[in-house]
Amino acid sequence: MKLVRLRDASRPRISLTLEGAPIEAQQGDTLLTALLAAEAGHLRVSEFGDGPRAGFCLMGACQDCWVFVEGMGRVRACATLALEGMEVRRG
Amino acid sequence: MRVVVVGAGPAGVRAAEKLVAAGLSPIWVDEAPDGGGRIYQRPPPGLERDARTLYGFEAKRAEALHATLDALKPRSEWRPETFVWHIRPGARELHVLHRGRQERISYDAAILCTGAMDRVIPVRGWTLPGVTTLGAAQIALKAQGCGIGRRVVFLGTGPLLWLVAYQYAKAGADVAAVLDTTSFATKVAAVPGLLRGGATFAKGLYFIAWLRRRGIRIAEGITPLEIQGDANGITAVTWRDAAGRDCREVCDAVGIGWGLRPEAQLADLAGVPFRHDRLQQNWVPVRDGAGRTPVAGIYLAGDGAGIGGAEVAELAGTRAALALLEDAGHRVDAAEAARLEGRLAGQARFRAALERAFPFPAALARALADDVILCRCEGLRVGELRAAARADAATGPAPEMNRAKAFTRVGMGRCQGRVCGAAAAEVLAAELGCDVAEIGRLRGQPPVKPIPIPAAVNAP
Amino acid sequence: MTTECDVLIQGGGGAGCSAALHLAQRRARVVLLERGLVGGQASGVNYGGVRQQGRHPAELPIARRSREIWGRLKGLVGTDAEFTVTGHLKLARDEREEADLVAYLDIAKEHGLPLRMVGRNAIHREYPWLGPKVLAGSFAPEDGAANPRLLAPALANAARAAGAVIREHAEVVAHHHDGARFTLRTKSGEAFSAPLLLNMSGYWGGAVAAAFGEPVPVAPLAPNMMVTEPVRYFIEPNIGVVGGNVYLRQIPRGNIILGGGHAECDPSLPWTRPLPEVTMEAMQLAVELVPALAGTQVIRSWSGIDGQMPDRIPVIGPSGTTPGLFHAFGFSGHGFQLGPAIGAIMAELVLDGRTDVPLEPFRIGRFTSGSG
Repeated sequence: MKLVRLRDASRPRISLTLEGAPIEAQQGDTLLTALLAAEAGHLRVSEFGDGPRAGFCLMGACQDCWVFVEGMGRVRACATLALEGMEVRRG
Repeated sequence: MRVVVVGAGPAGVRAAEKLVAAGLSPIWVDEAPDGGGRIYQRPPPGLERDARTLYGFEAKRAEALHATLDALKPRSEWRPETFVWHIRPGARELHVLHRGRQERISYDAAILCTGAMDRVIPVRGWTLPGVTTLGAAQIALKAQGCGIGRRVVFLGTGPLLWLVAYQYAKAGADVAAVLDTTSFATKVAAVPGLLRGGATFAKGLYFIAWLRRRGIRIAEGITPLEIQGDANGITAVTWRDAAGRDCREVCDAVGIGWGLRPEAQLADLAGVPFRHDRLQQNWVPVRDGAGRTPVAGIYLAGDGAGIGGAEVAELAGTRAALALLEDAGHRVDAAEAARLEGRLAGQARFRAALERAFPFPAALARALADDVILCRCEGLRVGELRAAARADAATGPAPEMNRAKAFTRVGMGRCQGRVCGAAAAEVLAAELGCDVAEIGRLRGQPPVKPIPIPAAVNAP
Repeated sequence: MTTECDVLIQGGGGAGCSAALHLAQRRARVVLLERGLVGGQASGVNYGGVRQQGRHPAELPIARRSREIWGRLKGLVGTDAEFTVTGHLKLARDEREEADLVAYLDIAKEHGLPLRMVGRNAIHREYPWLGPKVLAGSFAPEDGAANPRLLAPALANAARAAGAVIREHAEVVAHHHDGARFTLRTKSGEAFSAPLLLNMSGYWGGAVAAAFGEPVPVAPLAPNMMVTEPVRYFIEPNIGVVGGNVYLRQIPRGNIILGGGHAECDPSLPWTRPLPEVTMEAMQLAVELVPALAGTQVIRSWSGIDGQMPDRIPVIGPSGTTPGLFHAFGFSGHGFQLGPAIGAIMAELVLDGRTDVPLEPFRIGRFTSGSG
């Protein structure tokens, strides 16, 4: 899944990492936006063998966008602001 | 008197406004950092917040609501980023999580304005990355300036389907198709009732006409077949059109949704009884026209108490606050209360027409193939739920939803059936050969949403 | 119109449903009356521990017999109810608790229960994910866990197939005994009559006993239970502690089921609800045992009502007041494992007038002074 920036897309850049690989994002992005507007593709893999997931409701209800952030623990990517230097792993 | 308002969307803002006007300083909790709810969600700081761009026709309403919200924050005990995970109506306390910290909030009365989320029906392929709810597609655009893909198909039914498609096209996204499971004829039949909606109805017509003028592919009365994709993402959507022909549209993202369902978990935990609303095809908490529930001290307003939309939510928020104040012995303006109830009744008639114009297509859920994922949390497929309803199940057939949950784990996962519950109920009811109202609803269990196990206090 | 049968069972928990099955298998005409759905209270919503170690010595013969039934459950009812032999590891967090574990080794030996001490050095070597608070453990390899939501319904279903009548939503509101037959009347006005009555109503078994003139000091017990999201499978054994203030197990799907302390409840409705403070306390005790749990999300919590006796062992056996009445209730929070055997034992009691399992410690008269 790739989010497409349609407007307001020239905000200050921030850098984070996903599984150690650099991700460039913009100030004000949620983690979900930051990762999926880059090349992350997905955020987690279903525990029951039915494939990757990339969030679904974007309003903190479906519980399908959990990721792990170093120092913060597991968070919902849709409800967590991306910050400079965050080290993210798929949840 | 300690009054709590849960939620800072349209209903919560108007409820808090009325309480503050009466001289109270309510405790006001909201999960988001900035309030506003979903419909008028504001982008995080740093993003453009021009109301006209973000909210279109609703810009004035949004601006007014945000202004009230911001003005009320210092006049109430405003607690953002605070999520209520449990309520004990007997002890009159809320249990909340704020930035990983557990807290308890005592109350004498509480107005729950907990909002709604999309109601979805599974489609083959719906768990693939690139498929979101319609609400999610709208939030991505409104709060993040993003589209959910480069070329997007919108699939489902209801006003939101057309609104989101319009908003995407307007923002310059490539809208590949709008696929409405409701036929044109069904919508036309509802027009007399819809005319009550006045401006709201006119806006709806405008969106549809605008999309048609743009030459965007529109199909009504369709049956979705499959969302196709591979390791790299979504590739296409297929459906059967009203004439029975198989159709396909190439895309890289799909927004789906069939109306809304209340986020009523807190009302449920508070012990408010529920009834099945046949018209909405939702289970809704029981309340009177003012928002009072049978549970002492618990009031409800907004979509969390039954889907009505943002305008209704504002009216209901004010009305519920008036009811609370009246019950607490404050003098309230009876004429104002009556006026609000009159407007709410008028809105209810329009809403009824809207439900008839965009009915929940239960048959789609009932006809799902056995191998389609039903419960995305538990990876449960439709056929596994059907098997639990059959007489040859080792446990005997599950006669109602919570038994089916116990036997199959449907709705037992992280989201507690928010996403799959509506469709699962139809699948079970169909297999049992009964009406969906007869099989009950998934009971809410604390926590309302997941809460983390904290690290050991005495960790070395 | 009164429905006549050979044996009436009041209460559709695991034990009651097993009794219905075992009686029906021996061609007794049996009717089971359950107020709600079978397995709706303690049997259906408990932790799911299939544990023998740590039990009161008097319970061990029943537990041993039940374990044998658990091993052939699939053949008996068509599902194994997800019974998995994971072993049960009971942990000590201080020297006093460690002494308790050592003392139990002799009891286990006496009853033929395989049990092995895991000492201070071995415990962290064998279970590297245990926290520093853990001092030692004892491991019962034959123990395990099952899905409590499946057991009673599966037993009831098998009982039905064997000819038993299982009546759900049949709340008994009146008991009558004319010296020869019992007549039970339900809320909906139906009547059921039999010369034998099994009182297997959990906490509510106390009211049934009282109706026949032998009240007992039974209290409602509502365990505070919760489950986490699925995480990598790493906790194989079912885990308990001396004193029992926390217990946890992981299922191969990845979810960790944990409990500790008591929920709030109202048996008159009936209604239960986990208590937030108790939930937080259980999380804290659990994370002390298994520090890696920190940050794992709890996704649901629940409870159900059991009956607790002052001496923490159930009432099992014939009534002291009424011939033909037999009790089996008050399992005090650990009846799930026993349920299958209790049914078999009750069937023997009523059909044969005897059973091999010593039931003297469970007699109902033990609470009456001078009844010795």
